[in-house]
Amino acid sequence: MTQRVEIVRRIMDSNERVALENRALLDKKGTYGINIMASPGAGKTSVIMETLRRLPPSVRTGVIEGDTAPVTIDSDKIAALGFPVVQINTGGDCHLDAVMVDLALKKLDLDQLNLVIIENVGNLICPAAFELGTHANVLIASIPEGDDKPYKYPNIYRGLDVLIINKIDLLPYLDFRMDYFSQGVEMLNPGLKTFPLSCKTGEGFDAWIDWLTTTLPAKV
Amino acid sequence: MAGMHELAVTESILEIANQAALESRAARVTDIYLTIGQLSSIVDDSVQFYWDHISLDTLSEGAVLHFQRVPARLRCKACGNEYELNEELMPCPACGSIALEIISGEELLIDHIEVIREEK
Repeated sequence: MTQRVEIVRRIMDSNERVALENRALLDKKGTYGINIMASPGAGKTSVIMETLRRLPPSVRTGVIEGDTAPVTIDSDKIAALGFPVVQINTGGDCHLDAVMVDLALKKLDLDQLNLVIIENVGNLICPAAFELGTHANVLIASIPEGDDKPYKYPNIYRGLDVLIINKIDLLPYLDFRMDYFSQGVEMLNPGLKTFPLSCKTGEGFDAWIDWLTTTLPAKV
Repeated sequence: MAGMHELAVTESILEIANQAALESRAARVTDIYLTIGQLSSIVDDSVQFYWDHISLDTLSEGAVLHFQRVPARLRCKACGNEYELNEELMPCPACGSIALEIISGEELLIDHIEVIREEK
């Protein structure tokens, strides 16, 4: 005879608990955390590097680089700019989770940092299921990916605080319907803060940098 | 093809089920009832695939997974119309508004399990 045991619990509960601990650590240190997600090739590393170059020197920034393989191409680029960087090898996993970020945060000297930028693994599905404990979930969409991505990957758009649309310099050359794209975003995440920009031309970067610098908390 | 984040999802299901079985002094878990929203990007077959491997030698070995799928339902903020998404995300079919609220379809829950108690 079987017996019923009530549970009613969110499956991702244990990840979410660690994410809350990460958030508490960041808050305690007065460090703002952002989780950058995107499909492969959307320009995550380029946007991060351009952001690092443009942020005022008073904003001390550390970077956590998530990669599925132990290749240090991205983290080497960041280190070459003179910023502290910690690499996470997910061992083939398609996303970062809160435990990986917990370990990485402990390798950074958060007392010295105003901002931690986490570059998630390039993927539009899996990272959406794993809160990391950052203050802002940021998605970098890019023009060559096409205008149908909010319709195909609604999940990731739902959890966003900020949307960056990269490679807008390519708009004249591609059939990207901005109104169709924006309509999809608006249905999923009304009023989402959006920054269209180009790493190539620098267009649109000022607004993103302004938002980021004014959002950072005062360092305690 | 098995999706990768389903592995982490399946591991969480196993952990929660085994823990609940332990707490209720069950000899084994026979059934697990999951509530999965249509918008949650979870492929049942992938979860099942991982389940068959990772549940071996645990209290949940052989437990049957039941997937209760919750349809994606939207409410139009402009006219109040409620509708179900069967295909692609779309504006309100009644008035065309894109001011919407998603009222269900994002669930990712373990609802309950069924267990066999230890014999005295």
